[in-house]
Amino acid sequence: MLNRHEILEKHGLLLTVAILLVVAVGGVVEIAPLFYLKSTIEKVDGVRPYTPLELAGRDIYVREGCYVCHSQQIRPLRDEVERYGHYSLAAESMYDHPFQWGSKRSGPDLARVGGKYSDAWQRQHLIDPRSVVPESIMPPYDALDRTPLSYADIAKRLKANRAVGVPYTDEDIEFAKKDLEAQVNPFSDDYDAFMKRYPKANVRDFDGNPSEITEMDALIAYLQVLGTMVDFKTYEPKENDR
Amino acid sequence: MKPTYEQLSHFAQTGGLILFVIAFILVLAYALSPANRQEFEEARRIPLEDEDDNNG
Amino acid sequence: MLEKGTAGGAPGGKASGPAPGADDGYDGPILGVFLAIASLLALIVAARTSDPKMQVHAFVFLAAFLIGGFALGVRHYGGLVSDKSSYMFGVVKAGVIASMFWGLAGFLVGLVIALQLAFPHFMYLPDALWENFGRLRPLHTSAVIFAFGGNVLIATSFYVVQRTTRARLWGGVAPWFVFWGYNLFIVIAATGYLMGITESREYAEPEWYADLWLTIVWVVYLAVFLGTLLKRKEPHIYVANWFYLAFIVTIAMLHIVNNLSMPVSLTESKSYSLFSGVQDALVQWWYGHNAVGFFLTAGFLAIMYYFIPKRAERPVYSYRLSIVHFWSLIFIYIWAGPHHLHYTALPEWAQTLGMTFSIMLWMPSWGGMINGLMTLSGAWDKLRTDPVLRMMVVSVAFYGMSTFEGPVMSVRAVNALSHYTDWTIGHVHSGALGWVGYISFGALYCLVPWLWKKKRLYSNALVEWHFWISTIGIVLYITSMWVSGIMQGLMWRAYDQFGFLQYSFVETVAAMHPYYIIRALGGGLFFIGATIMAYNLWRTARGDVSAREQAPAGGLAAAPAE
Repeated sequence: MLNRHEILEKHGLLLTVAILLVVAVGGVVEIAPLFYLKSTIEKVDGVRPYTPLELAGRDIYVREGCYVCHSQQIRPLRDEVERYGHYSLAAESMYDHPFQWGSKRSGPDLARVGGKYSDAWQRQHLIDPRSVVPESIMPPYDALDRTPLSYADIAKRLKANRAVGVPYTDEDIEFAKKDLEAQVNPFSDDYDAFMKRYPKANVRDFDGNPSEITEMDALIAYLQVLGTMVDFKTYEPKENDR
Repeated sequence: MKPTYEQLSHFAQTGGLILFVIAFILVLAYALSPANRQEFEEARRIPLEDEDDNNG
Repeated sequence: MLEKGTAGGAPGGKASGPAPGADDGYDGPILGVFLAIASLLALIVAARTSDPKMQVHAFVFLAAFLIGGFALGVRHYGGLVSDKSSYMFGVVKAGVIASMFWGLAGFLVGLVIALQLAFPHFMYLPDALWENFGRLRPLHTSAVIFAFGGNVLIATSFYVVQRTTRARLWGGVAPWFVFWGYNLFIVIAATGYLMGITESREYAEPEWYADLWLTIVWVVYLAVFLGTLLKRKEPHIYVANWFYLAFIVTIAMLHIVNNLSMPVSLTESKSYSLFSGVQDALVQWWYGHNAVGFFLTAGFLAIMYYFIPKRAERPVYSYRLSIVHFWSLIFIYIWAGPHHLHYTALPEWAQTLGMTFSIMLWMPSWGGMINGLMTLSGAWDKLRTDPVLRMMVVSVAFYGMSTFEGPVMSVRAVNALSHYTDWTIGHVHSGALGWVGYISFGALYCLVPWLWKKKRLYSNALVEWHFWISTIGIVLYITSMWVSGIMQGLMWRAYDQFGFLQYSFVETVAAMHPYYIIRALGGGLFFIGATIMAYNLWRTARGDVSAREQAPAGGLAAAPAE
């Protein structure tokens, strides 16, 4: 009697173990090999970690749930390439923690929105989308324009990113706050040091209000760099890019 | 030697396929085995044999 | 909401009574110590953090832990420790109430965001970031999936596992910890979305500390469920429990792997995910697809396997089929995630694998559907007289439909058109409203009279109203999304005679307007149906019976077998 009971007890545990094994297989087979991609993928020229201001803008992009309506992943289909630009490369999101590929386009793809519109257009569109695109269904983000960016912890954020694999140097982290301030002021003393750390970064006052660094500054800085890091005039596709 | 991405993904896919076929055969054998017929017939009736439902 | 000795359960001592719980005794003190430590941690975080959002959440946690500790004390010193020879149904009752509450809240938020897309001019408040679509949409999805669906699953699993094992829930006060702990997670998640705390991982948006909390709750849930299985009096483990177990185990695995992340600091809400780019996308959709597979499918299939046979008073059609159904479903589902990433930067072999398994998934899905539907064979007439059974059967039909549609959409060529469009939204809602919604409603309609010990529902006519209003709502919803989704996909790829793209993006947005209005109408009808249900269940729990349906002795009013 006792023995039989013991076997039955084990059935419950056996069942649990069997379920775990069965569901683990798929994940291991599909996901594990991808972590070997890092060593085989060709590094694409131009892709660099985000500047502190872009990272702060990206955090706002995440916070507001922009990914809910905007994808950042251009598929290699004729109409998408013509509408949005070169298809997205794996390397272009290699520093994205988390990825922002999205799953729905209630609004257009933003993978290459950088440089397509002026800062002033972006600001006006964010403040009141329907004032520039009457048919738009996007919510207004006027509050960003009035909210000062909180960046006291920006060095810690870079550090957290380094902990998960983004190659920020000690110097990047030490000067994160200065770099953030330098990016909105082309005449600052830190300009040269900043440009050395983040080559080709956009440096200007993004929201047209030099007296304050707002959340609008950060978000526009992020939007304006999207998809612009790789120069597709010189880029040659290699087999392992995607 | 460190496996390359190709080798690893090839091994994973083949292994996955073999494992799937074996697992499926095992499940079919278990489900269709005449030895288990009686047990399944009893198990099937478990929800209905609870008498005091309306008290529950 | 502590359970009194008489709060529910079969009369003890009978041969058919549950196996007593010899397991508790230490449960109260352990929980007490845990709550004390947790309160202290919450207090430290509240005091030290410079992140105002984190502070709000630290105080919410602190308040919850203190209330929990207080309730524990009242239970212990107030002599409210329950009669251990009976089933533990108080926690199931609480789960039923929570399900109904969160269901209404989630459907309502869904209606609001549908109206936002249809009428952006009126539905957005200036200066209110919390009310924007980007924050409310995760609130809607989490409220319906995790708050409504999760509470339904916890309540029904606690009910079914006791009934089919004839054992009282294991762990003493632990099931109550699972219930309140899970709902605390919901509150943290929901308030977090409104404040802009999110990891931006779809269907896994809550930040790292909420994830940690859910992990603790979930491990206890697994322990309670498994503990009950291990002390069962019934030799067999009924198939519904297999599905519940697979749901609990797999969600634990998915949740932990998908939410690995690095907090900015231990006193800040923000974190960065461990993975990036391609790897992160695959991990997220491996999670996302299997949240559908194991939360919204396996869990609710367990409901199907218990409640449909019970309500129809017939054993399940084929137990063998249910075994093959179970193993092949859980094996195949886990592979299908990459179909969310067709034509992306994910390697092509992974996409192909995802597509192949998605198509294979059609077989076990339909095996399960057939098993559910054929259970009715010989009792089809009950569909005419019992609207609750009809609701559950229609739910299985919706399951069959969306599990046919899913594999079709996973084919790369179809996906090229459907991905990023409203077709996906329509597909999800045919599964969510039709399958998950209706099977849950059916279970709740069954459970309320059983748990509150009433002979019948307050009104079957109101169930009919609920059924028809909701069904019209679902049909409006999914047809409008099919049309608008396919139209949108075709407009995006349309070329004019000169070989240029024919439509600008915003023209495709404008074209969606009428369909967004129809969708909101459909969602509104579904919400109205749910309010009718809430009213009906409330009156049932009070013990009322609708005046019209009070059958005279020997009368003709068709009250279904309860």
